Amino acid sequence: MKTNILDLEGVAKQASPEVLLSLMRTMVLVRRFEEKIIEVYPMQDMKTPVHLYIGEEAIASGVCAHLKKDDYIFTTHRSHGHCLAKGTGPEMLYAEFYGRSTGCSKGKGGSMHPADPENGILGTTAIVGGGIPLAVGTALASKMKKDGKISVTFFGDGASEEGTFHESLNFASMKQLPVVFICENNSYATTSPISQRQPHDNIAIRAEGYGIPGIAVDGNDVLEVYKAAGEAVQRARDGQGPTLIECKTYRWKGHVGPDCDHEKGCRPIEDLNKWMERCPVEMFKNFLIKNRFISETEYANMLGEIDRELDRSIKAARQCALPDKEELLKDVFHEKK
Amino acid sequence: MPWTKVYTEKTDLKDTLAGEGLRALSYRDALKEAQTQLLRSDESVFLLGEGVDDTGGIFGSTLGLWKEFGKDRVMDLPIAENGMTGVAIGAAMAGMKPIFVHMRMDFLPMCMDQLINHAAKWNYMTGGKVNVPLVVRSIIGRGWGSAAQHSQALHGLFMHIPGLKIAMPSTPYDAKGLLMEAVNDGNPVMFIEHRWVYDYIGYVPEEPYTVPFGKGIIRRPGKDVTVVALSVMVYEAIKAAKTLEAEGIDIEVIDPRTLNPFDDALVIESVKKTGRLVIADVACKTGGVGAEIACRVAESAHEYLKAPVRRVNFPDTPTPCSPVLEEAYYPDAGSIVKAVKELIR
Ligand SMILES: Cc1ncc(C[n+]2csc(CCOP(=O)(O)OP(=O)(O)O)c2C)c(N)n1
Ligand SMILES: [Mg+2]
Repeated sequence: MKTNILDLEGVAKQASPEVLLSLMRTMVLVRRFEEKIIEVYPMQDMKTPVHLYIGEEAIASGVCAHLKKDDYIFTTHRSHGHCLAKGTGPEMLYAEFYGRSTGCSKGKGGSMHPADPENGILGTTAIVGGGIPLAVGTALASKMKKDGKISVTFFGDGASEEGTFHESLNFASMKQLPVVFICENNSYATTSPISQRQPHDNIAIRAEGYGIPGIAVDGNDVLEVYKAAGEAVQRARDGQGPTLIECKTYRWKGHVGPDCDHEKGCRPIEDLNKWMERCPVEMFKNFLIKNRFISETEYANMLGEIDRELDRSIKAARQCALPDKEELLKDVFHEKK
Repeated sequence: MPWTKVYTEKTDLKDTLAGEGLRALSYRDALKEAQTQLLRSDESVFLLGEGVDDTGGIFGSTLGLWKEFGKDRVMDLPIAENGMTGVAIGAAMAGMKPIFVHMRMDFLPMCMDQLINHAAKWNYMTGGKVNVPLVVRSIIGRGWGSAAQHSQALHGLFMHIPGLKIAMPSTPYDAKGLLMEAVNDGNPVMFIEHRWVYDYIGYVPEEPYTVPFGKGIIRRPGKDVTVVALSVMVYEAIKAAKTLEAEGIDIEVIDPRTLNPFDDALVIESVKKTGRLVIADVACKTGGVGAEIACRVAESAHEYLKAPVRRVNFPDTPTPCSPVLEEAYYPDAGSIVKAVKELIR
């Protein structure tokens, strides 16, 4: 594993202290948002399958920091971190997970299908690889309309095995579309290791065959993600076409649900221990404190503030109204205005 | 009325229509005219599909359009149907109105994930926040030994999926009017054409117009038997009506025009009058559209039925190649006559 993580000199060149603090804030928000889910989940009234992002927060945070409110992102079944980092309010997400009518998809989507068009999230698919061409499509629309927006698609290592991944890279490259492909390589698709699914674990090199830049970064180092994403986003904005970024990372919890699947023998516990030592949130926090961007007290205050907001959100969401039964038959089709 | 009329001769109608002061156009040209007018009047409309810009121009229905609108709006594609359907869906969500064209309906199984899991479910899954105004044109092939992978009609599969609209125009008038409606419907629309009606001529006004979804049409009024006919079978049913007329049997031919939404009321009213129902489809029988229509009638008008329901379909086999087998495979006016007579006995 590489050693030069969170290198100070490199950092100063690319990120202002405000950016650094905002990256920290997003990572803590994403982490704590899901830790609250773990707390309430045993009550069994959050009836939606949750795919937790814990351990991978640096990726959504580092990428979305470059995006404008109306840039598009497409996430996956593992959606929470991307939505929060893009600006979706925690309360409408929690409300969605509680099946409330105030949820971001009116309680019709759940954790796997958040939609928040105001923040560039036009909906979410949980079909592995399904969202990749959708982002290419929004990018095509942006290019045709010349609206200056870019599109980003997040997807897993498993999704890079789907035809849609290859079809999308081919087309996006040929048309030089403003899209960034972010592959979150956590080495697993449910319980299946990548070694049983692909001949090698270098997803980034797939880009070469399609004639676009492909780079692999340490997905637990938010600054490395931030830097690579910044370049890719700039390329997209400048009309220089797509980029594939593979972020190597690791999921701490089971594929779905709040438990740890290592206890069931799904993955070696040594791997988890190794990766937990490289906790993206802790590493970045230590870096900021060591280099005096933030003090222990300031960090504690930030954490407290985020926690209070999340506690308020989850409580409020749980008290929101459930949908009327008549909602069942609505929204199958769009009604003409 | 000229816009409801079905002319069973394929061509040579131009003079007849002109004699009545009506403009004649083929089904193919009606489709092309609809697309031309849509592309001209709405910047968000674009065509995409394998070969939309080539020298065949999708059996002539997109021929030369790229010259007026450029290859960005009449866009050839890589052979990657599922991914490209996803691209079209993404563009539609972002405010474009793509028309995705497939030369053969048989290529749609490649796109099932994007059509069924994505396009069809998006409006619902997002609580109505994001809709997908996508039109998928596909053409049912037939004949010349095209065989099992170039002659399928899969509208029955799509009718099973909530969230997809389905149009099956039989006349040139409907080809234009339904396509213009489909593009502005705001939902994914499976627009299903039949290769064998491309040469048929009919009355088509030059100005843009739309034909509403969910409104079937009585192509021929009659009192003895209701024949619901889809796509090219409308023509076979009209031919059958002439034969039967000579024998004193008077059939009512209904063309539903769209399968979702489906004009239940029109069919049920007709069955209440005739008491007998035949459904003539352009696909295999089992689990198909005919079963659905028959069941709807049984559910709401069974006391009016004086005889069993009959379906005229392809046999439940893949399409064969050999002319002899092909001949045996496809039902025609004669098959409808036979089915009707079984109910009248
Ligand atoms: C097309 C499809 N096949 C299978 C599944 C079941 N499934 C859900 S998530 C998943 C693993 C995805 O792995 P990856 O893309 O690496 O994402 P990760 O869960 O690791 O974030 C699978 C197989 C699915 N949802 N869609
Ligand atoms: Mg994975």
